[in-house]
Amino acid sequence: MAESASIHATFSRPRWLTAPVAAGALIVLFWAGVALTVQWWPIDDPVAFVGKRLAAPSETHWLGTDALSRDVLSRTLHGAQHSLPIALVVILSAVAIGATLGAIGGFLGGLADSAVMRLVDITLSFPPILLAMAVTASLGPGLWHAAIAMIIVWWPIYARLMRAQVLAVREREHVEAAVAAGASAPRTLFAHILPLCWSPILINATMDFGQVVLLIASLSFIGLGASPPTPEWGQMISEGAQKFYQWWIAFGPGMAILSVVLGFNFLGDGVRDILDPRTQ
Amino acid sequence: MTPNAASDDGDASLLEVRDLEVTFATARGELEAIRGVDLAVRSGETLGLVGESGCGKSVTMLAVLGLLPPSVRIKGSIRFRGMELAGRPQKELARLRGARIGMIFQDPMTALNPVLTIGAQVAEAIRIHDTTVTARKGAERAVEMLKLVAIPFPERRALQYPHELSGGMRQRAMIAMAMANEPELLIADEPTTALDVTVQAQIIELLRRLQASHRMGLVLISHDLGIVAGTADRVAIMYAGRIVERGAVEDIFDRPRHPYTRGLLASLPKIDGQATRLTAIEGSPPSLAARPSGCAFHPRCRHAVARCATQEPILRDVAGTAVACHLAESIADAALAPMATDGHPSHPNATA
Amino acid sequence: MYRYIIRRLIAMPLLLLGIVSIAFLITHFTKGDPLISIIGERQMDNPIVIAAAKARWGLDRSLPEQYLIYVGNLLTGDLGTSLRTKQGVGLDLLQRLPATLELVVAAMLVGSLIGVTLGVAAAHYRDRAADHFARLFALIGSSLPVFWSGLILLFIFWYTLGVLPGPGRLDTRSMAPPYVTGFYTIDSLVAGDLRIFAESISHLILPACVLGWAVMGIISRLVRASMLDVLNQDYILAARAKGASEPRVLVNHALRNALIPTLTIVGFSFAYLITGAVLSEAIFSWPGMGSYAVDAARNLDYPAIMGVTIVGGAAFLLTNLVTDIAYAFVDPRIRFG
Repeated sequence: MAESASIHATFSRPRWLTAPVAAGALIVLFWAGVALTVQWWPIDDPVAFVGKRLAAPSETHWLGTDALSRDVLSRTLHGAQHSLPIALVVILSAVAIGATLGAIGGFLGGLADSAVMRLVDITLSFPPILLAMAVTASLGPGLWHAAIAMIIVWWPIYARLMRAQVLAVREREHVEAAVAAGASAPRTLFAHILPLCWSPILINATMDFGQVVLLIASLSFIGLGASPPTPEWGQMISEGAQKFYQWWIAFGPGMAILSVVLGFNFLGDGVRDILDPRTQ
Repeated sequence: MTPNAASDDGDASLLEVRDLEVTFATARGELEAIRGVDLAVRSGETLGLVGESGCGKSVTMLAVLGLLPPSVRIKGSIRFRGMELAGRPQKELARLRGARIGMIFQDPMTALNPVLTIGAQVAEAIRIHDTTVTARKGAERAVEMLKLVAIPFPERRALQYPHELSGGMRQRAMIAMAMANEPELLIADEPTTALDVTVQAQIIELLRRLQASHRMGLVLISHDLGIVAGTADRVAIMYAGRIVERGAVEDIFDRPRHPYTRGLLASLPKIDGQATRLTAIEGSPPSLAARPSGCAFHPRCRHAVARCATQEPILRDVAGTAVACHLAESIADAALAPMATDGHPSHPNATA
Repeated sequence: MYRYIIRRLIAMPLLLLGIVSIAFLITHFTKGDPLISIIGERQMDNPIVIAAAKARWGLDRSLPEQYLIYVGNLLTGDLGTSLRTKQGVGLDLLQRLPATLELVVAAMLVGSLIGVTLGVAAAHYRDRAADHFARLFALIGSSLPVFWSGLILLFIFWYTLGVLPGPGRLDTRSMAPPYVTGFYTIDSLVAGDLRIFAESISHLILPACVLGWAVMGIISRLVRASMLDVLNQDYILAARAKGASEPRVLVNHALRNALIPTLTIVGFSFAYLITGAVLSEAIFSWPGMGSYAVDAARNLDYPAIMGVTIVGGAAFLLTNLVTDIAYAFVDPRIRFG
C-alpha cells in the first residue's frame, strides 16, 4: 500500500528524531516497562508495612515511607499498573466510539450529522472534570466507573476530529473517482476515505494519553477513583496532602504523573512529525 | 547624460550601489541571490529596475534599506548621499527609513495593517520620526497627506480600515504613508502589479507628479516594461541576480543589446500596425539553487556560443549602455527581431 | 456582525437545555433509584423526607413529567438541597462564588500576562534558547497536576522559605472585610483597610500563580503561533520600512493582530481554570466553589455534585458566548465587514 511505503521511507530519515522526541520515547518505554513488569522487581510490596512510619528518604527507602509505613518508591512504581492500563482502555474506547460517530456523521451528513454534532457540542459544554465527577459519583466511586466517566468526557473530541477529516477527504478527487466507478457507500467510506483519516487521531491520542492519566489521578485525588490501599498516583497525592510536612509522600507520584504527561506529549510531537502531511 | 552608473556626481547623486552581493543561508547551504550589482539614482531622476519574478530586484532594494533578515549576508557598498549604509546598525537605518527613504509595496491589501485605520497608519509614519507631533496634529497631517495623494473625502477615509477601501485607494494610502516625511528617495516595488489596468495609469501619474513636486529620486521596480518605458529616465534590467543591461531609457528601448532585453521588448504587444505573433522567451528563469554556469541566460539564448556556458560576462560599456554579454557588439546593431518565429529552438546546452 | 451575535445568542438556550438534560439523564439512569441521589442513602428510611422529595421533584410521575419539573425547578433556581450543608445548593454556590471568582480572575491575569509575554518572546527568538525555554516552561505548566504543584510550591515558598503565606484567603486570625462584592481585595479597599488588602493579595499570589501556570501553556502556544504567522505578513515589512523600531513593530503591529485569535483561547482557558479551581482550592483551603465540589464528591453529596456540574457548564457556555461576541467587536473585519 502506498501508505505504508511512505511511512517506511520517513523512518529511514532521522529528521523527526529530535532530543525531546527521543526523551519522550524513553520515558514512555520506561513506564510501559514498569507497568508490565514491576510485579517481578525486587522491591517492597506496595501494600506491605515495613515498620517505620513517615520515614524521610534514606538508603533503604529512596522515597521514604508513608503514614502506614509503606515504601513510597515501590507504591509509585506500582501505580503505573493502575493508571496506564486504564488510560489505554479509556483512549481506545473514546477513539472507537468517537471516530465511529464522527465518521458516520461526516459521511452521511444531514440528520445523522446534526444529531452527532449536537451531542458533541453539549458534552463539550461541560468542563471535563465536572462531568467526570458527576458521572463517577452517580455510578459509584471506583476506578472502572471513573474510566467510564472519562470515556464519556473524551469521545466528543475524536468525533469532531474524525468528522472534520472525513469531510475534507470526501471532497478529494480519488474519492469522486471511486464513486464514479461505482463503489458502494460502505466501500467508499472504508476503503477510500477512512485510511486517510487516521493521522490526526493518532497524533491526538498519543498526546492525550498523558492528559487522561492526569484526569484519572485528579478523580482519585478527590476520592472518586481509586480507593485505599490501591497505590494510585492521585490517591497517593491525596494522602500526601494530609501529611504536608512529609513532602516525599506526594513527591513520588507527582513526578510520575509529570513525567508520563511530558513523555507522551513529546512522543506525540514525534508522531506528528513522522506523519507530516507533506509526505502523504 | 553619462551611462556610467559608477560616477561620483557629488550632491546630485542620491543613491549609489556598488558591487552589492546578497547571500541567503538556507538548510541546503548558501544561496546567492544577487551579485555584482551596481546602480545609481540621482535627485529628480527615475530609475526603472526590471526583471522577472525572482531575478533579485526586490532583494536589491530591501538590502539597501536593511530590511533583509539578519541571517542574510550582504557585501558591497550602499551609499546614500555619500553616507555608507551597508553594515549600519538597525537603529540608525530605522531613522532613515520612512524619513529620507520611503518604500511602497506591491500588494496594498497585505502591506497595510488590517486592524489600524488608514489615518492612524499614515500618522504613525510621521510620529515615529517626530516625537513632538501630538496625536491630533498627527491626524491632521495624515488627512493632508491623503489629500495630497488625491483620495476624495480624506477626513472620512482616514477613519476607515484598509478593507473598506478599493485597491487603488489603498495604494494611494500607502504612497501617502511613504511620502509623509517628504523623503528624498522613494522606492516603489511593483506599485501597480496588484491593480486594475485603469488604476495603474493613475498611480503612475501620481508618482510622477509627486516626484516632480518634491524633486525626489524614484526607483520603480517592475516586471512590466511598458510601465517603465513611460516613466523612467534610466533603466537597469536584471536577470538571475545580475544586472544584464543598464542605461538611459531611450537607448535601451531603441537599441537593446542584451538578448534578454531584446526578448523582453519583443514580447511587448505593439500597438502600431503589424500584427505579428506575440513571442515569449522560451524556457523560464532559473531558480536560485540551480543557476546555469557562465552566463545565466545562455540556456534560453538563441545567440549563445560555447563561451557563454563557461565564462560569466562582465557588465561593460558598449556604445553608451552597460551590457553583460559576450556578444553585445555583434548583436548591437542587428535589428530588433522576434526571437523564435522561425522555429529554431534555443540552445539549452551550447557546447559546440 | 449583529447577525453573528444573534445566531450565537439563539444557540445558547438550546445548549443550556442540553446540559440540563444530560444532568437529568445522569441522575436518573445511573444510580438505580433517583431518590438516593436526592436525599442520600441515610434518609431512605425516613418517610417524611421521602414524601417531601417526591413532591418537590415529582418522582411518582412519568419520566417526561419529571423532566419538566426538573427543568422548571432549575429555572427558579432550585438546584436541590445539599446533603451535607442542608442548604439549597444554589445558595451554597452563591455564597462561595466570589472566592472562586477572585481566584480565577487573578489566575487569568497571571496566566495571560506571562503567557502573552512568553509567546511573543518565543516567536521573536524563534528556534533559539529563549524560544525553547519559554515553550518548555509553558509545557510543564500544562502537564503538572495542579493539586500537586500547589502542594510542592506551598512547601517550598511557605514552609521552607517562608516568603509567602500559607493556605486560606487571609491569615488565620484576620477578619474578612465587610461584604461588598465578596472579593477581599476590593472589599478591603472599599473599607480602607490596607493591611487586609495587602494580606489578601499576598494570599492570592501562590494559588493564582499555580493556576495561572496551567493556563500559560495554551495561551503562550497560541500567541507564539499567531505571532509567527503575523510576523511573516507584508505589513510588518512595511512598518519596518516606515522606520518603526523593533519593539513598536512587535507590539503595535504584530501583537495587535496576533491577539485577535488569542481572544478565543480566553473562553477555552476558562475550562482549564475551572478544573484547576476544583483541584487546587482544597490544597489552599480556599472556600470557593471548587473546594465545595471536592467536599461534595468526597461525601457523595449528589445534589451538590449535580448542582456544581450544571452551574459549571452554564458558566462555561456563558464565557464562550461573551468571548465570541468580544471577538466580533475586536476584529474590524467582522465589525465592519
